[in-house]
Amino acid sequence: MSFLDIEGHDRTDLEATLDLADEFIEVLRRPIPRVPALQGKTIAHIFYEASTRTRLSFERAAKALSADVMNFAPSGSSVSKGESLKDTVLTLRAMGPDLMVVRHGAAGAPHRVAAWTGLPVINAGDGAHQHPTQALADSLTIRTRFGKLDGLRVGIIGDIRHSRVARSNVAAFTALGAEVVLVAPRTLLPVSSAEWPVTMSESLDEIIEDLDVVYLLRIQVERGGACVFPSLTEYVSRFGLTSRRFSAMNPEAVVMHPGPMNRGIEIADSIADDERALVLDQVSNGVAVRMAVLFRLLGGDRNG
Amino acid sequence: MPQVMDASDIRRALHRVAHEITEQTEGAEGVVLVGIHTRGVPLANRLRDAIGSFEETWVPVGTLDIGLYRDDLADRPVTNLAKTSLPVDINDRTVVLVDDVLYTGRTVRAALDALTDFGRPAAVRLAVLVDRGHRQLPIRPDYVGKNLPTSAGERVSVHLEDTDAEEGVWIYSDGGDR
Amino acid sequence: MADYLLAGGSVLTRDGLVEANVQVGNGTIEAIGADARSGEVIDCAGLIIGPGLVDLHAHLREPGQEWKEDIGSASRAAVAGGFTAILAMPNTAPPTDAGHLARYISDRGTEVGLCEIVPTGCITKSMEGQRLAHLDELSDAGVTVFTDDGASVADAGLLRRAMEYVAERGGLISQHAEDPGLADGGHMHEGTVSSWLGMRALPSEAETTIVARDLALAEMTGCRYHVAHVSAAATVGLIAAAKQNGLPVTAEVAPHHLFFTEEAVRTMNPVYKMYPPLRSEADAEAMRAALESGVIDAVATDHAPHAAHEKDVPFEEAPRGVIGLETAFAAVRTSTRLDPAAIFDRMSVRPARIAGLSRHGRIPATGVAANLAVVDMDEQWTPTKFESKSANSPFAGVRLTGRPKYTFFEGALVWRDQEAGQ
Repeated sequence: MSFLDIEGHDRTDLEATLDLADEFIEVLRRPIPRVPALQGKTIAHIFYEASTRTRLSFERAAKALSADVMNFAPSGSSVSKGESLKDTVLTLRAMGPDLMVVRHGAAGAPHRVAAWTGLPVINAGDGAHQHPTQALADSLTIRTRFGKLDGLRVGIIGDIRHSRVARSNVAAFTALGAEVVLVAPRTLLPVSSAEWPVTMSESLDEIIEDLDVVYLLRIQVERGGACVFPSLTEYVSRFGLTSRRFSAMNPEAVVMHPGPMNRGIEIADSIADDERALVLDQVSNGVAVRMAVLFRLLGGDRNG
Repeated sequence: MPQVMDASDIRRALHRVAHEITEQTEGAEGVVLVGIHTRGVPLANRLRDAIGSFEETWVPVGTLDIGLYRDDLADRPVTNLAKTSLPVDINDRTVVLVDDVLYTGRTVRAALDALTDFGRPAAVRLAVLVDRGHRQLPIRPDYVGKNLPTSAGERVSVHLEDTDAEEGVWIYSDGGDR
Repeated sequence: MADYLLAGGSVLTRDGLVEANVQVGNGTIEAIGADARSGEVIDCAGLIIGPGLVDLHAHLREPGQEWKEDIGSASRAAVAGGFTAILAMPNTAPPTDAGHLARYISDRGTEVGLCEIVPTGCITKSMEGQRLAHLDELSDAGVTVFTDDGASVADAGLLRRAMEYVAERGGLISQHAEDPGLADGGHMHEGTVSSWLGMRALPSEAETTIVARDLALAEMTGCRYHVAHVSAAATVGLIAAAKQNGLPVTAEVAPHHLFFTEEAVRTMNPVYKMYPPLRSEADAEAMRAALESGVIDAVATDHAPHAAHEKDVPFEEAPRGVIGLETAFAAVRTSTRLDPAAIFDRMSVRPARIAGLSRHGRIPATGVAANLAVVDMDEQWTPTKFESKSANSPFAGVRLTGRPKYTFFEGALVWRDQEAGQ
């Protein structure tokens, strides 16, 4: 059993993981926020893309369950000597981990790793494909705030076309009963919406007051200006969450962002620190949902 | 399937245990009752009510799910967890762990480990409705509702109104209980 | 005594399928019918005898990448697939951009001796798209098909000059139509599946725009123009219109584009990665229809071997291409509604004519060179092992209908299916 994408999991299953994560939030608040549930288990973190925050979140989750962690990053390793992904993960498997957490720039890489190693694998982000534990963290954040996702309108704003967060969040939010609107300039919307259970809009102003959750994606500043939109200024003027747009929001509505934020671009500086910006909740819920996923994959694994 | 306790047996046993706790803790001063999920929780609530009925003090009740502390996770998967909540700081208090059946002692071992993560109680006591013997760890109850000699092949089943819609304790001879 | 007597089968003749024996000797068909009576008997009961298949498009990897394939293993794969002549694409290392390199390839083919290996030549030097290759030398070495396959000639001015040059020599420009800007480093077809997988993708227009441009250049220069591995429905429309206007245009389609769609890529298994990519069901149906109607002239395998370790990587990091020589006939038989005569037309007669091969693609008749494929139209089989050095086939494990049983090259029996009657 692996956790590779959201689509492979139905609502009951996703909710069971969120329920478990709720209990782990309690664990994380204990004086000694650690339980021995995965004592003796070893988790290999294999991060082909630099991602300090996701790796730390997984590490925190593993340690709170008393698992041991091995970290692998390609720089300065055998990868720079040309070792293939397959050889690398088979080598790591020979060191005896019980589970692998894989982040890779190519879509489907964690799926390949699961097939090659036969170990449970958690997808920590593959290409622009999926980032399922982020989607769980975000779902838990919304559920904690509103009680449920049913009937909520979530707007996902930004570079959806190149975003694994958008893909897994669309799958998770809709599976849990929310309605999703994608908002972006045409160049950042998915090329084909045929398989996306969403509606799309090219105007944030038209829909902002109808949203319960304004979910902002990070704009790749280094990529953005060059080809996908004419200039950052233009992007901000149409799709940035400015103070004016923030005040047009429903007073109950919240703002989310998977981080790291570009203050002043997708989100105005002052809003990032507002009580209705749940960015830090997303981060702490990230640890809890990762604990839940780890525990579900290893806590009941007879062959572990 | 012989029934060994009925509703009034249970009520009387708990009443006696509540008295014993009160006596040994000088009026239940500084006591926290902590029920172990699942049936330890309603039993802890009943003990609180019983103590309250003659001491006019309401001792705090916490709940503990020991799923994350079990030593047999690989054999018996845990798929969900119940609420763990300790309403007060347990440091320097007397914690009375409450469970329905004491058998191998492994659940109590796990509960002791869990408590350690919440603080350092002055003392930890153990109250059980039924002690059926066959300990695998050096653990001894302080308060026992009923001692029930059993063989390892038998199964002891406690049902409570709160969780099972009927009340009583039964012994079955089909297979072991843990 | 003659060499072989192909007994009990049906022969594809100018008058259609005829039940007749075929006598092969001295490298030719010596007799068909009542006069055919001598030679080692080859039991062809239930089989069809037709002209050996001709592949306009195969990557043999020699010289330079012999760990993937070499001319020996490619020749074995070819004859196992019923082919008696295959065109070797020039993207070797070094690329075939000069006469001596083309001669090396045909000489190696002769040395192996299982089938004819026909070199093609680069359009631009080193396939870099900057200046013309040694088209004169290549032409003198017998090259008639010029291509930078693997990449488009993106510079229209350069392509115009190549066309003018090649037209003068009576040659053919074969274009791998893929606009680099629209292709955008994509890994798969741009459509519903790529959108959800989040992979960089090539729209159909990456192919169609290049073909539209090139057709204008073909009209301008009068050069024969061939569209390699057509994959998009819109491209078919352009080719059909150009043919109606009398342009000297031909086209080929690869078996996998007849058989698979982008749906296969959902598995993210690199065995489904090739360029052009597997497209939509509508595109695949357009390919089948165009092959059946003849708008697309030929099936060409785009046989592209890669070693197992090269393909066993994440999809986006995998090299492009799949092998196809050994499964082409079955893939066409299984996926299209072509009758036996039409299959031999699209897989032998027309490709031989496009490449200007006089000894291949000729309907069996007395005195014709004995380059023959003997096929079972109805055998059901599942490819698992390959004569090719590589096994990167999307057809591995897929149930197929139709199988080459014997292959004759210049009168010699060069392939006998293990399970064929002795």
